[in-house]
Amino acid sequence: MTEKHHIIQVWFFVGVLLLVYGFLIFASGLAEWSHPPNTVLAELHAPVWWGGLLFVLGLIYCIKFSPARKS
Amino acid sequence: MIAMMASTAPTTLVHLSAVDLGIIAFYFALVLGIGFYLKRFAKTGEDFFLAGREMTAWVAGLAFVSANLGSLELLGWAGSAYQYGILAAHWYWIGAIPAMVFLGIVMMPFYYISKTHSVPGYLQLRYGSAASALSAVTFAIMTILMSGVNMYAMAVVMKVVLGWNINFSIWVSSLTVGIYVAAGGLFSAIFNEVLQFFLIWFGALLIPILGLIETGGWKGMVARIQQNFPGQDYTHAWSTLGRFQDNPMGMHWTGIVFGLGAVQAMGYWTTDFLVVQRVLSAKDIRSAKMAPIIGSFFKMAVPLIVILPGLLGLAVLPMHLVPASSLQPGQYSYNEVLPLMLARYCGPGLLGLGITALVAGFMAGMAGNVSAFATVWTYDIYRPFLRKTAPDQHYVSMGRWCTLIGLFVSIGTAYLAMGFASIMDYVQALFGFFIAPLFGTVLLGMLWKRVSCAAGFWGLLAGTLSSVTMFTLMKLDHRWVGVFALSPNAQGLAQDMYQALWSCVTCVVVTVLVTLVTKPRPDEELKGLVYALTEVAHEEHASFLRRPLFWGVAAVAVLVVLQIIFW
Repeated sequence: MTEKHHIIQVWFFVGVLLLVYGFLIFASGLAEWSHPPNTVLAELHAPVWWGGLLFVLGLIYCIKFSPARKS
Repeated sequence: MIAMMASTAPTTLVHLSAVDLGIIAFYFALVLGIGFYLKRFAKTGEDFFLAGREMTAWVAGLAFVSANLGSLELLGWAGSAYQYGILAAHWYWIGAIPAMVFLGIVMMPFYYISKTHSVPGYLQLRYGSAASALSAVTFAIMTILMSGVNMYAMAVVMKVVLGWNINFSIWVSSLTVGIYVAAGGLFSAIFNEVLQFFLIWFGALLIPILGLIETGGWKGMVARIQQNFPGQDYTHAWSTLGRFQDNPMGMHWTGIVFGLGAVQAMGYWTTDFLVVQRVLSAKDIRSAKMAPIIGSFFKMAVPLIVILPGLLGLAVLPMHLVPASSLQPGQYSYNEVLPLMLARYCGPGLLGLGITALVAGFMAGMAGNVSAFATVWTYDIYRPFLRKTAPDQHYVSMGRWCTLIGLFVSIGTAYLAMGFASIMDYVQALFGFFIAPLFGTVLLGMLWKRVSCAAGFWGLLAGTLSSVTMFTLMKLDHRWVGVFALSPNAQGLAQDMYQALWSCVTCVVVTVLVTLVTKPRPDEELKGLVYALTEVAHEEHASFLRRPLFWGVAAVAVLVVLQIIFW
């Protein structure tokens, strides 16, 4: 995207966002594992697998589009 | 700050935990950080107003879709899905995909080759100052009004859903948007639109997944809807459109095909500068053609996170939602279906993600409005009429100041909207007044070299005035609904579609008639602006997979399959 300006690619920022959110959601899912919140289908522990998915995707984006990789 | 946010009203739908607040706070920190980081790259006018024209097709395509995927869009269309069923999906399918493909394949080459910076800028080149000024002034006013009205509407949503103070929501989010757009210009707006795209998908996708698990899949959902609302069809997109009275929208298929698909969608997706500006930032003509086509595939999938939650609401919510106009204490309105579904399935963490997606959508929508306003004001009003010659740096400064001034005017509009509840509906309708006729003016100008400058101006003016007249008459006396919208059963959305159709027809007829009695511009002045006089690069040498036309046809094919599945 940014050959003229050498701007860090937007995908890297997307990765950072997903990585941080994935970690926070995954951790809160683990913390509430034994006493899940009062929501429908809480027994599926959606925060754990959804947070994990975000974390993994974020990690892939951060590595693949890392500004350090280009330089 | 958190104490102010936490000053919840007794009727709030959800309550946020510390992790939810942390997720929201991180989003604000990230977008501000990105804004300050990008400031150093937005030095020239092309950088600030068109993001340096160096975005890839994917980035421009996602920003193109995201600019239209604001929070009000999400909440409103989820509510419409609850009210009208799957008919609401037409606004994402026939009401978007053909227009996006048309923009990419037919219209984008003219916008791009003419090197215009805006849609009024194209009108300036094609028709001269009069049509351009009419378009620029109406667009600037409407954009800033829309920004303020959306700001207020979102603050109300935040108050209802979270109990946040309205002033707090308006000022914190506006100042954040003002800072990052004034710093990085369109660079910042586009970066945040891409972030918002991911946030919205990951924040909302869990609702249909968990909803379908709860109902036992699509068939289980349909069975539950039939049980909860016997005798009403909410899950067929076309089979109920044969007669106005057979569907809850009071819509006929002609309104969907001609009013929505052929006029209103074409007008919005191809001439509304708010979305077109994103595509103009593409790095080359192939990327500019591909961007809306890439966007069309994502647009087709949006009903999964907007329409399906509305349908699931019909199936699983224990209460029946009602129109906002007849809301009683203890009841919920259609527009609250998405937050209700979010609260149903999402606990701490996931709730914060969903709310952040809504906040991000709201802020990205505001950023889109102010960045488009700054461009049109600076390049289409200030430069041609107030200060014709000035260094590029002067116009960049004007753009930055405009962004901030535009935001403060928006905030004023938000408070104005607070005093006049119905102003929101009228301003949104006003915005629609200019889009349908504008499509007629731009399209005729691109395809027919004979159209004169005077014809462009008078056609646009006549189309706009006819639209305002129809709207006023239908509001004053319901009998006019039967005349313009072809049936007294036509509801608000159906009325809008026919109003758009007739105003575009008026614009085209007046443009043609005036063209026939006025002198056309010489051919040499129209090179690069009209179809017959423009050399568009051919792509015979490129493989099928790299041709925009191939992907455009593929998008339309997928659209057809979806219509058959949900017929």
